[in-house]
Amino acid sequence: MEEQLDTFPRLLLHHAMVRPRHPATREKDLGIWQTWTWVEVAAEVRALACGLAAQGFERGMHLAIIGDNRPRLYWSMCAAQALGGIPVPMYQDAPAADFVFVLNDAEIAYAVVEDQEQVDKLLEAQPQVPTLSHVYYDDPRGLRNYATVTSFDRLLEIGRAFDLAHPGFYDAEVARGRTDDIAIMLYTSGTTGKPKGVCQAHSALIAAARGGIEFDHLTADESILSYLPMAWVGDNLFSYAQALVAGFTINCPESGDTVMTDLREIGPTYYFAPPRVFENLLTQVMIRMEDASALKRRLFHHFMGVARRCGAEILDGKPVAAADRLQYWLGNMLVYAPLRNVLGMSRIRVAYTAGAAIGPDLFRFYRSIGINLKQFYGSTETCAYICLQPDGGVKLDSVGLPAPNVEVRIAANGEVLVRGPMLLKEYYKRPDATAESLDAEGFFHTGDAGFFDDGGHLKIIDRAKDVGRLETGAIFAPNYLENKLKFFPHIKEAVAFGNGRDHVCAFINIDLGSVGNWAERRGIAYSGYADLAQKSEVIALVKECVETVNAELAAEAGLADSQIRRFLVLHKELDPDDDELTRTRKVRRGFVAEKYVVLIDALYAGRPVQHIETMVRFEDGRTNMVAADLKIEDARNFPAVAHKAA
Amino acid sequence: MSASVRTTGDVVLKLDSISLAFGGVKALTDISFDVREREIRAIIGPNGAGKSSMLNVINGVYHPQQGTITLRGEVRHGMNTHDAAVHGIARTFQNIALFRGMSVLDNIMTGRNLKMKANFLEQAIWFGRARREEFANRLKVEEVIDFLEIQHIRKTPVGRLPYGLQKRVELARALAAEPTILLLDEPMAGMNVEEKQDMCRFILDVNEQYGTTIVLIEHDMGVVMDISDRVVVLDYGKKIGDGPPDEVRTNQAVIDAYLGVAH
Repeated sequence: MEEQLDTFPRLLLHHAMVRPRHPATREKDLGIWQTWTWVEVAAEVRALACGLAAQGFERGMHLAIIGDNRPRLYWSMCAAQALGGIPVPMYQDAPAADFVFVLNDAEIAYAVVEDQEQVDKLLEAQPQVPTLSHVYYDDPRGLRNYATVTSFDRLLEIGRAFDLAHPGFYDAEVARGRTDDIAIMLYTSGTTGKPKGVCQAHSALIAAARGGIEFDHLTADESILSYLPMAWVGDNLFSYAQALVAGFTINCPESGDTVMTDLREIGPTYYFAPPRVFENLLTQVMIRMEDASALKRRLFHHFMGVARRCGAEILDGKPVAAADRLQYWLGNMLVYAPLRNVLGMSRIRVAYTAGAAIGPDLFRFYRSIGINLKQFYGSTETCAYICLQPDGGVKLDSVGLPAPNVEVRIAANGEVLVRGPMLLKEYYKRPDATAESLDAEGFFHTGDAGFFDDGGHLKIIDRAKDVGRLETGAIFAPNYLENKLKFFPHIKEAVAFGNGRDHVCAFINIDLGSVGNWAERRGIAYSGYADLAQKSEVIALVKECVETVNAELAAEAGLADSQIRRFLVLHKELDPDDDELTRTRKVRRGFVAEKYVVLIDALYAGRPVQHIETMVRFEDGRTNMVAADLKIEDARNFPAVAHKAA
Repeated sequence: MSASVRTTGDVVLKLDSISLAFGGVKALTDISFDVREREIRAIIGPNGAGKSSMLNVINGVYHPQQGTITLRGEVRHGMNTHDAAVHGIARTFQNIALFRGMSVLDNIMTGRNLKMKANFLEQAIWFGRARREEFANRLKVEEVIDFLEIQHIRKTPVGRLPYGLQKRVELARALAAEPTILLLDEPMAGMNVEEKQDMCRFILDVNEQYGTTIVLIEHDMGVVMDISDRVVVLDYGKKIGDGPPDEVRTNQAVIDAYLGVAH
């Protein structure tokens, strides 16, 4: 009989059979990497599942999972699935009050958590969550005197005893699982309204995992570091689904603070990090280079120049002059290879980034030193799987080609629609939201606006609801402009306006650290943020950035009209405490436009200066009024560059 | 749910009529108190009250001119620091006393010094007993590192660490000796609120997990009242109060000492 590898528990049993001694999970504990082979993991999951069953956990129930990336939490996911239950990983850094909604929405009765911190939060939430009855913890520290919670070791003991008493139980349960059963429920972060539970079937996750594995030729010999939140869909795809489909090794870091050390020790072959991690790494390298000896500094700068010139082309396999090739080879021995080693990236074959826009310089830096960094595009509803950048065909400003088996279509209003096996089954208990997102033809509405470029690569420009039109009829994508502005280290935040207007204007927030440093080096004295923001030198600095962006926009098809005509530098930082940003630091466009309506009027009325008073709220809840006279500047616009018809 | 209900046991350390003088200066005058098993016992008092001297007496650094120290029922005369360590007393210092050029790991390893039996030659060639001992000791040290959550600075030289972390490393070194009685001299001095909260949690965890008896000196009254079982109050080398935090808080002599009253 042919084995059916269509659910995760069956995949686990498969690996335990074909590669029993191959490492499945590693965790650094007490300073040493501990390893569990596939056969050991299968035994643990079996005991866990039997333990949960003995405690009354049944098919269709939800199991909350809260904690850092610990092997036992990953195994609990599989144990729940083996019983036909649905794991619900939750963000471990959320406060107890934030747990309440999800715990109630998912009717959580059973929870598996990492340590005392999470147990305390659950116990705090418990009075408002009547269903919650069973809590299991991994790390027993500090929990000795807690009467109402059970340790993981005890759960395993119960499970082993249950397994002995009911020998055929576990295998029968695994055999009962169907591929279209819900495998996992992930809550969307909820920038608008309450979080929604996204239900993903085994088949969807497995299809997404398989597609990615084929696309990047991943094998059972990959090794990855699992350090991103388990509640995030990407971690589910990389650390769980792909690991179980391909049979490769996941490595759990010792603690959140040791990730960089652990990265070096493991040397993963496949790696994911959000852009800010890559940015921090580069900053550290640059700071350390400043302290290096003159010879090393010169070597570094010389060869980084070579890498900028031809590194990315060599990685893409494009033709490069022999002299450059020789220089690059030398640079690789002296600079790039040691640098990759320091970064823990010596063995990386494929690295991905996503989640936010990545600056072009940053992206090029990693590619030029020989790290195959690529971007992908996806969301919780699509198992983080819509588009991938292919090896040798990476375009910085696109998110790549539609992934295998995924159909992408652009709607009339510019919204990206996708169809494929990786789509969500439904939003939990929200048929209204499901109907809104999934249309009759089975296309999922991503809510992002985008278009295909000449090579068939998808370019995402903005959230569809934010995209508008200028009076001239040209498309206006504020986020696209803002991201371009934010790539300058001096600009922290930007808000562009233009929908229904005849030209584009913008608010700019300077970055206090970066601009402050810049001002100090030039001997410009300032008393604080508001003062610094209105210095004429600073405004000139910002103006340079704006004009650079304008020049870029002039060269892009259909975006020449989006050039920024007038701008001002805000006297205060946009802040989540003042409701101007969301907690995930996204601009709340409508609110900002309303709050600063006088400034927008002044921008469009052509006034050179505008007085404004704003209320500022401090972290402890006190409020204060700040007043300022803001200068408004005109920025140079460039004639549109003619484009050849494709 | 309240985290724990601690039970303290018999008296492990008893100090009877301790008097200590340096020449004509009387540091401690006729002080008696006891410390029970698994207890968190605080010593408080204004500057110069004799708190650190008291710890130094328990620890065997100073020898009192009068009075007796009884440790687990045995009277200890002329106990020195080595005897104290052998009898399971470890301590941290008011001014951090770590090896600044050594890594955190090596610093904590020095706390295992007493547990190493291998001789110089064995250690030099790292053979047999020396090797086995190192493995066992390293395991214990790693447990302490895990316990105090300092994995990320394991290999960092102590001199490069911020003050709050150095304090934690010092506590780690003391814990590595597996003490039964732990003396902490102002473990939270100079820390910010968050660091203090962390330190409080570690002290309570040590007490709960290892059943360690803890004697601590602390200036932060909030901390003392929160975590200790009983408090001794010293002023000008004399004991002016002794009892549970609530009792001490309302003691008139203590209030006067802290608010300042003409003597």
